[in-house]
Amino acid sequence: MTIKEALFQYTLRQGDTSLILGHRLSEWCGHGPKLEQDIALINIALDLVGQSRSYLEYAARIEDKNRTEDDLAYHRAEREFKNLLLVEQPNGNWGNTIMRSFYYDVFHYLFLHELVKSKDEQIAAIAQKSLKEVTYHLKHNSDWVIRLGDGTEESHVIMQTAADELWMFTGEMFDMDEVDDILMKEGIAPDLKPLHSKWLQKVKDVFTEATLKVPPEDAWMQSGGKLKGIHSEQMGFILSEMQYLPRAYPDATW
Amino acid sequence: MSKEKAFEQEFENKIENEIKIEPRDWMPEKYRENLIRQISQHAHSEVVGMLPEANWITRAPSLRRKVALLAKVQDEAGHGLYLYSATETLGARREDTVDDLHEGRAKYSNIFNYPSVTWADIGVIGWLVDGAAIQNQVMLTRTSYGPYSRAMVRICKEESFHQRQGYEIVLHMAKGTPEQKEMAQDALNRWWWPSLMMFGPSDKDSKHSQQSLAWKIKRQGNDELRQEFIDKTVPQAKYAGLTIPDPDLKWNEEKGVHDFGEIDWSEFMNVIKGNGPMNRSRIKARKAAKENGAWVREAATAYHEKKMKRAQQKQSAA
Repeated sequence: MTIKEALFQYTLRQGDTSLILGHRLSEWCGHGPKLEQDIALINIALDLVGQSRSYLEYAARIEDKNRTEDDLAYHRAEREFKNLLLVEQPNGNWGNTIMRSFYYDVFHYLFLHELVKSKDEQIAAIAQKSLKEVTYHLKHNSDWVIRLGDGTEESHVIMQTAADELWMFTGEMFDMDEVDDILMKEGIAPDLKPLHSKWLQKVKDVFTEATLKVPPEDAWMQSGGKLKGIHSEQMGFILSEMQYLPRAYPDATW
Repeated sequence: MSKEKAFEQEFENKIENEIKIEPRDWMPEKYRENLIRQISQHAHSEVVGMLPEANWITRAPSLRRKVALLAKVQDEAGHGLYLYSATETLGARREDTVDDLHEGRAKYSNIFNYPSVTWADIGVIGWLVDGAAIQNQVMLTRTSYGPYSRAMVRICKEESFHQRQGYEIVLHMAKGTPEQKEMAQDALNRWWWPSLMMFGPSDKDSKHSQQSLAWKIKRQGNDELRQEFIDKTVPQAKYAGLTIPDPDLKWNEEKGVHDFGEIDWSEFMNVIKGNGPMNRSRIKARKAAKENGAWVREAATAYHEKKMKRAQQKQSAA
């Protein structure tokens, strides 16, 4: 694998995760528990889709095959998407949605903190811009995990259930392969291994305040979305919804 | 002169002299009620209006359009918030106002009882529905109630951006493939008449119009606003190469305005009564959002109380 190929894959992984999480959050639009929460969630979705555009636009440039950000978003199939399994999980209730974002935000924040040092200027610039946004996402979602975890008995149960159910998708965030190895050597990508203990610490801190139990650290973890493009059954539905217009009218521009 | 009379005189003077009425000022009870009715109706329209558009966010055909639509729907939620706040300055509680919507006691713009069926609807809603809303709202920047007027100034800026975006979607489709053009024309056909109805019945038949004009809550009549909207929109349709679905529409040289066909008010009255294709579904969606979110709001309140209690305990221990 060449550096260019690795960089293309790497950029897709980031772009796809942002896009699919943005997609899931958009599904809440108009249906949130309070108008203020609708606004906050749309805001986060906007940031994520914006980040995805930056990554995919860059991926298309790296690939250099005359594709655009939209070609990458709208004309790839399930197996070509490299997002984390975590972010494609259905919204469930509001607590599930918050927990899914929280797990990812903690990682995303720590990851971007490293990625800003990337020797690839474009990647570093995207990371810099995203870091500001994700600092807010993390704050927002941590606050909600605490509020709902330590709210009523009902909300506590909902949050603990969400924490337990989504736990098996958190390990994948730290998975690495040849793509990471090649780019780490070039100083483009950070090593994800050291982030794991920091991630766990932050989750523990927030959960302690939220009176939630951290699921077992040695639990079995799912993987395969980010590295291999093997997704859950959800993925096809997301893509059929997201991609249907450009697929139905291949000659049209919008 | 009684105290009440003196207050009333002062109020009338302010209205006469274009001095804004502010929340702490004395105002006739009917003025207050009329404003709460109108502003909350406007707030509900923003919030219900999120639904037909939010419906297309996950299916927006390009990332650029997706981001623009997300931002637009977010603006609408924001408008809903300031408008609910404006009703609160008049002593209405947001919870009660929202309950009025859910229980069918309060109205919202009738236009949102129509479905957004294709992507072209997103363009046409921006172009016509936001266009008609702006026509109304520009007038309302001069409304006599201060907080409402100031909210409108801000809202108008964002709405005119939405309208341009909407028109741009339509224009792009109208100049696109034959299927896209057909989709754009079809959306225009479906939204044209409901958009004209957004201005409300003719002034001579409108229940609230006369008093609202006298109090300068409204500054122009429904018919005048509708005419201005038509005159503005006709050349835009022409430029896009689309046909407005009104065989009686023609330029009247003498009057310097467009003549247009008879509006089918029986349809309007029916949709208002709840018989539109989406009335039930819109209210159901809003009620479900409230019900499904009840545990979240309760938890937030419970957490807040616990936090206050802990802070107090800490203080008394110190």
